Parts: sequence; structure tokens; C-alpha cells
Amino acid sequence: MERDPGPEGARRALGRLLEAVLASRGEANAVFDILAVLQSEDHEETQEAVRACSRLFGALLERGELFVGRLPSEDSVMAGSQGATRKYKVWMRHRYRSCCNRLQELLAHPSFEVKELALSTLMKFVQLEGAYPLEKPKWDGYYLFPRQLFKAVVEGLLSPEDDCSLLLSRFQEYLEHDDIRYHTMRAATDVVGRVADRYPEVPLTFWNNTFTLLSAVSLPRQECSFSTFYVKHVELSSTWKVVHLKEHRKAFQLMWLGFLRHKLPLSLYKKVLVVMHDSILPHLAQPSLMIDFLTRAYDVGGAISLLALNGLFVLIHQHNLEYPDFYRKLYGLLDPSVFHVKYRARFFHLADLFLSSSHLPAYLVAAFAKRLSRLALTAPPEALLMVLPFICNLLRRHPACRVLVHRPLGPELDADPYDPEEEDPAKSRALESSLWELQALQRHYHPEVSQAASVINQALSVPEVSIAPLLDLTAFEVFERDLKKKGQESVPLEFIPAQGLLGRQDDLCAQHFTLS
Amino acid sequence: MGKARPAAARRKGPGAPAGAPRGRARPNPNPFEVKVNRQKFPVLGRKARHAVGQPGVSRARAVQKRTQTLLKEYKERDKSNIFTDKRFGEYNSNMSSEEKMVRRFALEQQRQHEKKSIYNLNEDEDLTHCGQSLADIEKHNDIVDSDSDTEERGTLSAELTAAHFGGGGGLLHKKTPLQQGGEEEKPRSRRELIEELIAKSKQEKRERQAQREGALELTEKLDQDWKEIQTLLTHRTPKSEDRDKKGHPKPDAYDMMVRELGLERKAQPSNRMKTEEELAKEKQDRLRKLEAARLRRMRGEDEAGDARKPKHLSADDLNDSFVLDKDNRRLLSYTDGKMSIKEEQSREASDGESEEEQGEDPSEEDPGDSSDPEGHSDLESDAGSEEDRGWPDGEPRQAPGERMTSDDHKAREPARTELPSTFAVPESYEELKSLLSGKTMEEQLVVVERIQTCNHPSLAVGNKAKLEKLFGFLLEYIGDLATDDPPELRVIDKLVVQLYNLCQMFPDSASNSIKFVLRDAMHEMEGAIEARGRAVFPGLDVLVYLKIAGMLFPASDFRHPVVTPALVCMSQLLTKCPVLSLQDVVKGLFVCCVFLDYVSLSRRFIPELINFLLGILYIATPNKHGHGYTLVHPFRASGKNSELLVVSDQEDMATWQRRGLSLSWAGGLKAQNKTEANHTRLSCLAVCLALVKRCVLLYSPLPSFQTIMRPLRALLTEHLADCSHPPELQELCQSALADMEKQEQCCRPLVCEKSKPLPLKLFTPRLVRVLEFGKKQGSSKEEQERKRLIHKHKREFKGAVREIRRDNQFLARMQLSETLERDAERKRKVKQLFNSLATQEGEWKALKRKKFKK
Repeated sequence: MERDPGPEGARRALGRLLEAVLASRGEANAVFDILAVLQSEDHEETQEAVRACSRLFGALLERGELFVGRLPSEDSVMAGSQGATRKYKVWMRHRYRSCCNRLQELLAHPSFEVKELALSTLMKFVQLEGAYPLEKPKWDGYYLFPRQLFKAVVEGLLSPEDDCSLLLSRFQEYLEHDDIRYHTMRAATDVVGRVADRYPEVPLTFWNNTFTLLSAVSLPRQECSFSTFYVKHVELSSTWKVVHLKEHRKAFQLMWLGFLRHKLPLSLYKKVLVVMHDSILPHLAQPSLMIDFLTRAYDVGGAISLLALNGLFVLIHQHNLEYPDFYRKLYGLLDPSVFHVKYRARFFHLADLFLSSSHLPAYLVAAFAKRLSRLALTAPPEALLMVLPFICNLLRRHPACRVLVHRPLGPELDADPYDPEEEDPAKSRALESSLWELQALQRHYHPEVSQAASVINQALSVPEVSIAPLLDLTAFEVFERDLKKKGQESVPLEFIPAQGLLGRQDDLCAQHFTLS
Repeated sequence: MGKARPAAARRKGPGAPAGAPRGRARPNPNPFEVKVNRQKFPVLGRKARHAVGQPGVSRARAVQKRTQTLLKEYKERDKSNIFTDKRFGEYNSNMSSEEKMVRRFALEQQRQHEKKSIYNLNEDEDLTHCGQSLADIEKHNDIVDSDSDTEERGTLSAELTAAHFGGGGGLLHKKTPLQQGGEEEKPRSRRELIEELIAKSKQEKRERQAQREGALELTEKLDQDWKEIQTLLTHRTPKSEDRDKKGHPKPDAYDMMVRELGLERKAQPSNRMKTEEELAKEKQDRLRKLEAARLRRMRGEDEAGDARKPKHLSADDLNDSFVLDKDNRRLLSYTDGKMSIKEEQSREASDGESEEEQGEDPSEEDPGDSSDPEGHSDLESDAGSEEDRGWPDGEPRQAPGERMTSDDHKAREPARTELPSTFAVPESYEELKSLLSGKTMEEQLVVVERIQTCNHPSLAVGNKAKLEKLFGFLLEYIGDLATDDPPELRVIDKLVVQLYNLCQMFPDSASNSIKFVLRDAMHEMEGAIEARGRAVFPGLDVLVYLKIAGMLFPASDFRHPVVTPALVCMSQLLTKCPVLSLQDVVKGLFVCCVFLDYVSLSRRFIPELINFLLGILYIATPNKHGHGYTLVHPFRASGKNSELLVVSDQEDMATWQRRGLSLSWAGGLKAQNKTEANHTRLSCLAVCLALVKRCVLLYSPLPSFQTIMRPLRALLTEHLADCSHPPELQELCQSALADMEKQEQCCRPLVCEKSKPLPLKLFTPRLVRVLEFGKKQGSSKEEQERKRLIHKHKREFKGAVREIRRDNQFLARMQLSETLERDAERKRKVKQLFNSLATQEGEWKALKRKKFKK
């Protein structure tokens, strides 16, 4: 076969071959040439070949020139004495299969263009196969979907070796279609199970890919008629599973449970927990199945516990979960790091929710208030600006706890009766203590913190202060606010003249640092 | 007597008020014209305004007024020209008729005069001066011998005419008694009379001449006298001076001038020169006032809603007095500085901090300081580093700028001579950089100083804006210097003083520049945090900026536009930047030092700092899980850097000498060998321990001091138990721990301030004082005012409508009467015509009859 150098030449050559194959069955052997180009090293040529294949097999599928039904082995058919047409169709079906296999391999191609093209070609085949099925329906109105082919696609996407996040984001477009989504969930469950069995140590990339795909699946919130199908059907039958949200939910649940059953890396754990309450729990057929997962996560401690809290809250609130020692564990979660973690806003939002009940016992609320104010002694100003009103709100909600800031006839104590090491809030003796920590924070260097802490000097006002706008406060915002604040018109100046970079000799800088 | 008077008063009483106001207008009102508005019942204290009305009179007045105004208008309705009466004061009732006449006459005269002066050039006009006719004045002043008749006419004409033409009766009547006396001997001939007249006039002339001559003589004499006196006057003062000094009475004009100038200058200063003590006292007063302002700002008393704070502060009253004490020490150093400094020195020596620096300072510097600037010049030639420490606290006796010049004059003499004497203010940072780069430190300082002096705001208009920009450029330059490798800290050290001076001149632009660099630094950090969740310690420039900000602005303020953001920035540095290397430790410790310097006066609490020190102490202990403390964010309990400061080499520990950390290490740590690195580690640990000790001192009054210090305490105990540190560090550890334990805790339960009890709701009726009857009560002031205005408007409106109606009635009446008059006239005329016609007819008939009869 004479070939011009370069992709342009390849394209023309392929075009010629394609026309020849489509024009007459006699030229069918040219398919081999086209498939050979698929193996090419050159990216451009590979792409041309993929396009040619797409057109070729697309046309063949439409014409029905591929064998329908269970595919016999090639040799037996060729050797047998069936009709030439049947032979041709079986032969061509085999070529189609090898083409699909090759395209699936191309999904792991280093070049993204090739990957993308392969994906879209495969999806086109899925669509055409769905419309012109290659298997015989078992009965009338039997729902046919190229499951084999599609599973191969999903398997290609969930590669254990390389990161497919770009390709997955491309694939997300197809997830708009209800049937694709349904079959993706089924296929993903399958693939995850298989891969986890195959590898003793499942690579991180696989989990990342899987999570990307799984979190991209989003079900509609309420029942609606599924009508956006990728594979066009003349009419939809209500006997098909695909059209029911319930089935989708079941598939969704199976998929997530299958995923979460395995030992996940820590970072992924966090990611799952972050999206848990919002995009997983509402779509499960049986949310209570997540109880195990969440309680175990809640017991892990640290940031993971903080994150699990949200999911647990949904279960407790909406699904009647009875969680023993919930508040005790919540109390245990309060350690100095809560003011420094990324999920601070989320945690305090939930803590506010949990502590908003007016039926909580006073000792519990007092323990929380005392613990929080202890922790406030190590907090940065942006967290203090949030937690101080938080504590004051607790005191407002529970008048019994006001003794913490107002104990007019109390005896003078030698030491703080509060026991910070005690894990049980009931035994922490917080109610016998006072919030001296807030009094110390009245001497905080930041003026607003100092003012916020000074609130306890007066009897607390009745209405609560909304902490919602303070939850997401960052240090940079505090800084900007201070910068923009207009004070008196003239800037006060230092009246002691500067003497050098390190200041006066009694300054700490001058004592401990030298210029040389 | 006693009874008669009230009776008389009573008798007079009722009549008087009624008669008094109107009595003058109508002394005796016609009882038939009076309408009495009867009151149903009398109310005490209410004025009956319309008790008695006079409808007839008021109607007549109204009609009269209308006739004068409305009717006139009505009559002139079709007329286009108007008669205006311009007679002066015609309608002015305040003027009496005589006055009117006088003014009118004056006006008339004026008008004539003006007109004539314009057109009649030859008219002899009566020029006046000071109200007198110029002609008269001339006569008095120079009497010319050639007596012209025209001149004498004014005075003599009456008599002359009387004599010549026999005079009129009027003239004779008006003669003065003297003349009348002369006229009594009437039987004299006309000739005699004339002669007498002539003689009289001549005599008069002569007399006048003599008088004039006498006057001339007198004036001349007076002039001469005056001249004599004048010489006396002018000579006397210098003479008296001269006698005092030299006794040379000979005055030279030049000398006099010089002396006069000298005298003037001597006379001018109103205040005497102040003595040293007074100056010092003044300075002290000023400082005290500034300090008081600073304290006020520190407590944030200007802030709204902090009114309750002072009470809280009074709890740690000690605190404040300590601050004052400290300041007093600084102030006292003018008078007995040695003593106070020594005190401090001994205290600090016991702490074991920076002995070698302090030991030599006071002894060497104090004499140098008290004597004169020469001591400084010596010092300066010695070493630059001595110099910055060489200014003890007492130094601010001189203004900073002054000090700069006096100090630097000598030290930078060579630099001065080489450089041009004037510099333009650089317009951009690049310009400044090119101006300063490649120069030595002295030269750079001279350049910056000259830029300031050549462009002082008082010299030209635009200089202020230019110098304002200079601050920003200098700041940027300092940042560049700090990021250089190696950082040129000495130049920065000197430039800081310049920055301070500029800042004193332009506080606003300086604060804006500092804010700008701080915002830049924070922005960078924020970006890093957003991207990676953590930041890295910034370069040395940011640290230097933070330090400078604390020196230019009062760091102790409760809220300050620059200092507060700087504090937040430092807090970010301590919480968000993980310590990854020894260099980071140095930077972090520097930030800690700066932070503590910021709050050294205000003694504010910094949680981040405690956390950071805890972290540093932790990374200096070999890892084992301790109990009683938890590390927070930038530090991790385990990991790569969790043993960064641990020194295990015994030899290095033995050879370690305590030294201050070099700031340039923060810029970039040179590749050190193992021993040096270990020494640096130990120095860092020493600084950290010193800071812990400082924190303990600073925060001991805080209510939950023990809670705050608990983690540090636990870790320090661990350190001590380790026993692997050099003895000096062990000692530091021990003393810090001892300080911590010394503070006994006293937990007084918190009590809210008593708020004012809310008053109970009462159900007694609400009583309102009725201040004025007839007024609407019981509403707010605005409402009352509104109602009053509405009421007034209504009344005015009604009144206006009534007036318009009456006007119309009046006009209609007038029109009717006009019509009637016209009709009557017409009827009369018709009748007259008929009459005449009838008479004509009658006459004609009579004639006819006559004719027939004839």
C-alpha cells in the first residue's frame, strides 16, 4: 500500500480504503489495513484511523452488516459451509470486536486527544449498538443495552495506572443521560469489585478515579419521568428498570456501598465525608445502611470525626438514628486543633445545631462552654471572633449556665474546679467553675476580640448573636477590615524617636538579636 | 393713709388699663359705637383680648385704607403712566415739617450745584473746605494789600448797600444792637457816614494786617523754638546711651543706625532664654502629656461602648503604675539617669540577659552623652554597632532631626564633601535606587538627608507631595536591602531614623505606605494558604516592615489603623507558617520578639505566641509523647521537623556560648557546619526560654494564668528532667518554671456588673402639667408645632378670603356708586338739555306769539 508521509497522506489513504470497503464487500480485506493504522505510533495517524473506524463501523451497524446474535468463533464459521453473507457478517463482527478492543486500549493512550477521540467513538458505538442491537431480544419489548461494550468503556475509565480525571470530566457529559447513568453505576460496582479482588494492594489512582466517577453521578432529587436517553428508543416501557428512580437509587446505593466497603486512603475518606451529607445520603434507597460507615468514621477521631458529624446529623435528624453518647463524643472532639482545621466553619455550624436544643441538661452546656473557652486560649483571632459569640449564645440559651459568668455569692477558690482531662462532660464539674478564660481574653491584643470578650462583664442581652456570618471569617478578612476601618482622622504617632532597626536597648529584639 | 392708697389705686385700676392704650387715639369712645363681647364667666389669668370691639371705627379704618390703596389702583387701572410723588419726606411721618423743609432745601441746593458745575463752566462757584467757604479761608490767611472790592463784598456789601442805597426796611430791622447803637446818632450827613465807613474799613484792614504779621512772627518763633527742642529731643537719647558706655557724644549716622538696629533686636524677644532645667521640664511635661494620651488610647477609651472598661482596668491598677514607672525612668534619666539605668542594669543582669551589651553601655555612654556631641564623633568612628546602642534613653533631649545633623556632621564629613549639595526628590523608586545604589552607607544617608533638607515643605509648594512619596520609596528600598544577600541591615538601621522623621512629618501617607506593604505581604500569604493550605515564612523584608511599623506608630493603642493590621499579620505568621528549617525558627523567634515588643506596654495577651513558643520548645525535645499539652496547628507532634532543635552532640553543647541571634540568619542561613548549626539551635532555644520567661512576667496578672501556662510548664518540666542541656539553659528553664509556680492562682468567681434595675410598670394615672390653656396638649413637640402651623395657616387663609371678599364688596360698591353718579350726571345733563330746549322752545313760541300778536 503506497502511503504519503504525514497525517494528511494517511487521511487520504484511509479515506480511499474506507470508500472501497463500504462500496463493495469484495474489498472487505482493506479493513485490516485500517485496523493496522490504529496501532500506529503517530498520534495524528492514530486519530485518523479512529475516525475512519468510527465511520466504517458506524455505517456497517446502520446497514445491519454485522452478525446479530451470539458470536460463533471465527474459524468454525469460516470453515463451515454457511452462506457467504453470513460468513462475511461474522467476519466483520470479529473485526468490529477487535476494533473495540483496540479503542479500549487507546483509552489509556498517553495523548489526551486520542483518549478523548477513542472515548467518543466508543460512546458512538454504544449508541448505535443500542439502536441496532447486536443481540436478539429475548422477548418483545426486551430492554437491550450494549452492556458488554459499555462495561469495557467504564473499565477503561477506571484505570488503576493513570489519572483519568480529565477524561472523566469529559465522560460526565454522557452522565446527563439517564440510561448511561444507570449503566455506569452498575458497571462501576462491577469494576470496583473486580479490581479490588484482583489487586492485593489497590493503587491510589484507581480509588481517585473511582471517586471522581462516583461523585460525578448525581441522581434527581425527586421522582420524575426519565426521558433523556442516550440510546434512542421508539417507546419506553414501564417494565424496564431503567426508567424507575427506585432502581437508580438501588444501583446508586450498591455502587457506594461497594466502594466504601474497601479500605480507602485517608484523603479519600475525607473527600467522601465532605460530600456525604449533600450528595450521597439523600439518594440512597436505605440511608441507614451508612450508619456503620459513619459511626466508624466518627470514632476515628480528628478531622475525620468532624466530617462524619455532618452525615451522622442527617441520620439522627431524618432517619431516627439513636446514637448513644453522642454529646460525649462531640465533647471529646473539642481539642485545640478545631480552631485550626479547614472544616472549622462546618464543625461549628453543626455544633451550634446540636447545642441549639433547649432540652439539653445544664451541666452539658456548661461543660461545652467551659471547654470551648479553654480552647479559646489557643485560638487565632479570626476563630475567637466566632467562638466568643458562640459561647455567649450558649449562655443565653441556657439561663442555668449563667452562673459561669455571674456567681455573686460564690466562695473564692484556690484552683479551677473544672477538670479538662475528664472525658465525660457530666463529671467535668464545669458548672462549679467560671469562665476566667474569657476574662483573660479581654486583654487580647485584637480590639474586636477584646470587645467580644467584654460582653460578659454586663448581664447578657436576650437576643442571640447570629454566628453564621462569623463562621467563615478568615484572618485575611479580619486584616482587610482593620485596614479599611476609618478611625480618627489623624494617625497617632509614636513620640519616642526611633533609634535603629532593633529599637531601644530594653526591647526584646535588641536583647536577643544582632544586626551582624 | 394706709387705707387710702389702695382705695385710690383701686379706683384708678379699672379705668387705667382700658384708657391707657387707646386713650391717646380716642380719649373718649362713643358708648354707642362700642360693642361689648360678653364673657360667660371670667377666668383668672386669661387675657380677654377682644372684650370690647368698635365695629364702626374699624370699618371706617378699613374703608379708608381701601380708598387709599385699592380704589387708587382701581382708578388707575387703565392708565399707563403713574404719578409718583417724589417730594422728599412727603409721607414720612417721623419728620417734622421744618425738618422736611430743611432737607428739601438742601437737596435743591445740591441739585442746582451739581447741574451748574456740569454746564456752567464760568459760574463762580462757592468752593468749600471743611464746611467753610474757600473764599473766607483765603481772606483770613493772606490779606493782600491791594484790596479788591470783589473780595470785600461778602462782608461789607450789606452795610455798603445800606449806606449807598439807603437800604431796605428789612435791613434796618435786622441790625445788631451795636449797629443800632451807632444808628442812634442819626443826624449825620451822608458824607460823614461814608467817610466814617471808609475809615472804618481801612482801620479794619490795618488791624487785620497787623494781626497777620503777628501771627507770622509767632509761627516763625514757634518754628525756631521747635527746632531747638527738636535737636534736644533727637540728641538726648543717644547721648544718654553714650554716656553710659563711652562718653563720646559724637554721633555718626552709620553708628546710630547700627546701634538702633542692635537696640531693636534687643528689645524684641519677649521671653527670656530658658534655662536647661526649664527646657528639660518642658520636655518632660510634653512627654508626660503624650504618655497620658498614649495610655488613653491604649485603654481604648476613645472607643464607644468602652465606658465600663476603666473599672475593669482599675483591678490591675498596679499594672498602670508600672507602666508609668517605666516611663518615669526614661524621663528621669535627664536628671539622675545614671541611677535609674543602673537599677535596670542590675535587674537585667540578674536575669542573665545580654550582660556584655549592658555592662559597658551606661558607664561609657553616660559621660559622653552629658558632655557634648564630640563623644559621639569618637564613638561613631569606632564602630557603627556601638552607635545604635550608644543612644541611651535620655537622648531625646534633642529633636531627632537635630541630633542627626549634629552627629552626622562630623562623621560624614568626607561623604559630604564628595556629594553634590542638592538633590531632587526622586519621582520613582527606580530613580531613588539609582541614586543610592553603589554608595557607601554614609553617602546614602547623606543623600537621603539632603533630599529632605533641600525639599523641605516650607521651601516650595510641591515639596510636600514629593516628600510624601519619598517615604514609600524608602520603605521599598529598605525591603530591597533586606532581601539582598547578605541583607544590608546596617543601612536599614540608619534609614529607620530617617523614616521616623518623615513619618512625623507626614503621618497619613506614611501609614498608607506601611499599610500597603503589609497588605502585599498578607495577600501573598493568603494566596499560598488558598493554594496549599499553608504558607511559608516570608522574607526578611516583611519582618523588618513589621518591626518598623511598631517603631513609627504607638504599638500600645487599643485600636490603631496601622498597628492592628500589623498584629493580625504577625498572628498569621505564627499560626499559618510551619517551621521547616532552622531559618524558620529564627524568623519565628524574631516575629515573637517583635510581637512582644508591640505589647510590652499594653501587656495584651497573645495566644498564638504561647502556642508558637510551645512548639519551639517541643521541637527542641527528643520525641516522646508528653502529657499535659497539645500542639496546635503549625507544629506536628511527629514528623520530619519534629526534632529540629534537638542537639545531641555533647561536645557542641559544651562549647556553646550564649550569643544573640543574628538577624541576617533570617534572611538566608549560610551553610553552617554541624557545630555552628548546633550552636545556633542552642541559641534559639535560649531565646525561646527567655521569651517564655518574659511571657510569664507579662501575663502573670491574667486571671487564668495557670491555665495558659500549663502546657509550657509541662514541657519545661520535661526539659528539666531531660538534663541534657548546657547549664545556662537549665538555669533559664529553672527560673522560668520558678516564676510560673510563684504566681498563686486566685479564682474569684465572675460577677457581672450590676445593671440598673428596670422600673416596674406603674398604673397610676399619668399627670401632665398644663402649662398654657387653649393649647393642644399631650403630644410631642413636633406634633404640637405641626398643629400650631396648621391652625395658623387655616386662620390666615380664612382671613385672606375674608379680606378678598371685602375688597370685592368695596369695589362693587365703588362701581355702583360710580354708575349711579354717572347716571345721575346723565340725568342731570339730559334734564339740562331738556330745560334749555324747553326754554328755547318757549322763547321761540313766545317770539312766534309775539309775531302773531304783531
